[in-house]
Amino acid sequence: MKFLRDTWLIFARQMQLLLRNPVWVFVGVFQPVMYLLLFAPLLKPALSPLGVTSDAEAYRVFVPGLLVLLAIFGGLFQGFGLIAELRAGVIERSRVTPVSRFALLLGRSLRDVVSLIAQAGIITILALFFDLRVFIGDLLLAYLMLALIALMTSAVSYGVALAVKSEDALAPLMNTVAQPVLLLSGILLPLQFAPGWLEDVAKWNPFSWAVDGTRALFAGDIGNDRVWQGLLIVAVLTVLAVWWAAREFARSVR
Amino acid sequence: MIIETSGLRKSFRSRQGREKKTVEAVRGVDLRVDEGEIFGFLGPNGAGKTTTLRMLATLIVPDGGAATVAGVDLMRDPGEVRRRIGYVAQGGSTWDDSTAREELVLQARLYGIGKSVALERAARALDAFQLSEYADRKCKTYSGGQRRRVDIALGIIHEPRVVFLDEPTTGLDPQSRAHMWDEIRRLRTEGMTVFITTHYLEEADALCDRIAIMDNGEVVAEGTPAALKREISHDVITVGLNGATAEAATLLDSVTFVSRLEKLDTGDGLRLFVEDGATAMPQVLRELERNGVTLKSIELHRPSLDDVFLTKTGRSLREK
Repeated sequence: MKFLRDTWLIFARQMQLLLRNPVWVFVGVFQPVMYLLLFAPLLKPALSPLGVTSDAEAYRVFVPGLLVLLAIFGGLFQGFGLIAELRAGVIERSRVTPVSRFALLLGRSLRDVVSLIAQAGIITILALFFDLRVFIGDLLLAYLMLALIALMTSAVSYGVALAVKSEDALAPLMNTVAQPVLLLSGILLPLQFAPGWLEDVAKWNPFSWAVDGTRALFAGDIGNDRVWQGLLIVAVLTVLAVWWAAREFARSVR
Repeated sequence: MIIETSGLRKSFRSRQGREKKTVEAVRGVDLRVDEGEIFGFLGPNGAGKTTTLRMLATLIVPDGGAATVAGVDLMRDPGEVRRRIGYVAQGGSTWDDSTAREELVLQARLYGIGKSVALERAARALDAFQLSEYADRKCKTYSGGQRRRVDIALGIIHEPRVVFLDEPTTGLDPQSRAHMWDEIRRLRTEGMTVFITTHYLEEADALCDRIAIMDNGEVVAEGTPAALKREISHDVITVGLNGATAEAATLLDSVTFVSRLEKLDTGDGLRLFVEDGATAMPQVLRELERNGVTLKSIELHRPSLDDVFLTKTGRSLREK
């Protein structure tokens, strides 16, 4: 009960601040929108070996990858906000209260989830203008996948931020993690093009399963094994990430 | 006794290049703080004041020793200590884009206080700290003094019995500092015990009922500022004369309140050691005048806390 109340308090405060400055939500959307407008048109011819013959089909492949990308990156860079809060003394101030340490993490991560879903909504709506069509039930399940990813990556980012306590260390660390994850998940181009060894390596990247699952959902193929496999893998990792980050919070915040 | 510690210790491991070093930040601190007093921790930067304060505020775990804070064993039940105390860190605690009212309400609620009571408490605190006018503006628009007052208000929003203030006036201009002193005295009037750290001699002297002087991880002296000063030296009156030094010396030597007397090396005056310079001065003047000795100058020197620090540590706090 106390935990839920505390989580709500932290979440409500973070949302209030986010809504006071919603420009960041749009700044976050800017890059994916550029991809949508300036990169995706290249895809119809590029994906023709996979049987893609229309813009709608190309977007059905590309948009899910783009959303997963947004969830990964959006989450991984949330740690910067926490470092700013550490510096301002806001975290220290919470430490001396009996507030649940787990709530300090979860309240913030849930804010990140909400902000991601808003961004995903904007991109999905824009993609509708490019003839993307997706069933609402499939879309909601895909959003669940995105929410879990954002929860996981933001928790990891907060945990690392608490450990390193400096932007200068956090930025290269997150970039180093994000880049191979990005390249090995078939986000920009599906891994069906990849040589065998690369595909084998990518199998070890949980996000490549998440991308496959999300693509299947956007294709209306909810029965595809990749859907439940992707969700399961991401859910397990999310639990682990949140558990680890909450421990970091409890340890450094006592 | 609201705070009592014995042998409180803390060391940190630091690494310089390849060498690992253990720094003993606090080496066995014994303290007694009475309920309802303003207790000051005076010492140079790096003396271990903040570390001690953070241990008492449950933010770091002591390596050894024992402490009771607000009636609760610090080692056994830090959670209960946390509920009974307030703590205001050195570097500020407000978020640029939040308003003072929002911060206060949130802080109260994090202590488990319900929404309507939290709103009431916030309004009262804003009023008490003269912040109502800016209550709904963002914290980044506040002056340093205003922002510091919000910090203190946040630290006491749950009405703790003890509040720890880590260098509450550092970085404030003289006017804001005086204002802050008034606020801190007001907390005492309300029955709160206030534990502050400071490296300002004047602050320890003017504001604190009792102080502990800390240096190099240890408490080197403890007592009221007046008693500490009295303990180390007397007030000194220096009298400048135009000749008749020997005559004046004989006259004043027989006066009871002069405990010691010496001639200045320059030969044109005397140095008198007295218990209380303020009352002794007019008597010295009268005695010399009555006997026809003319004075060139008279000067009173009272020992400062810096003299106390110098005596106890061999260094001056001002040089820092």
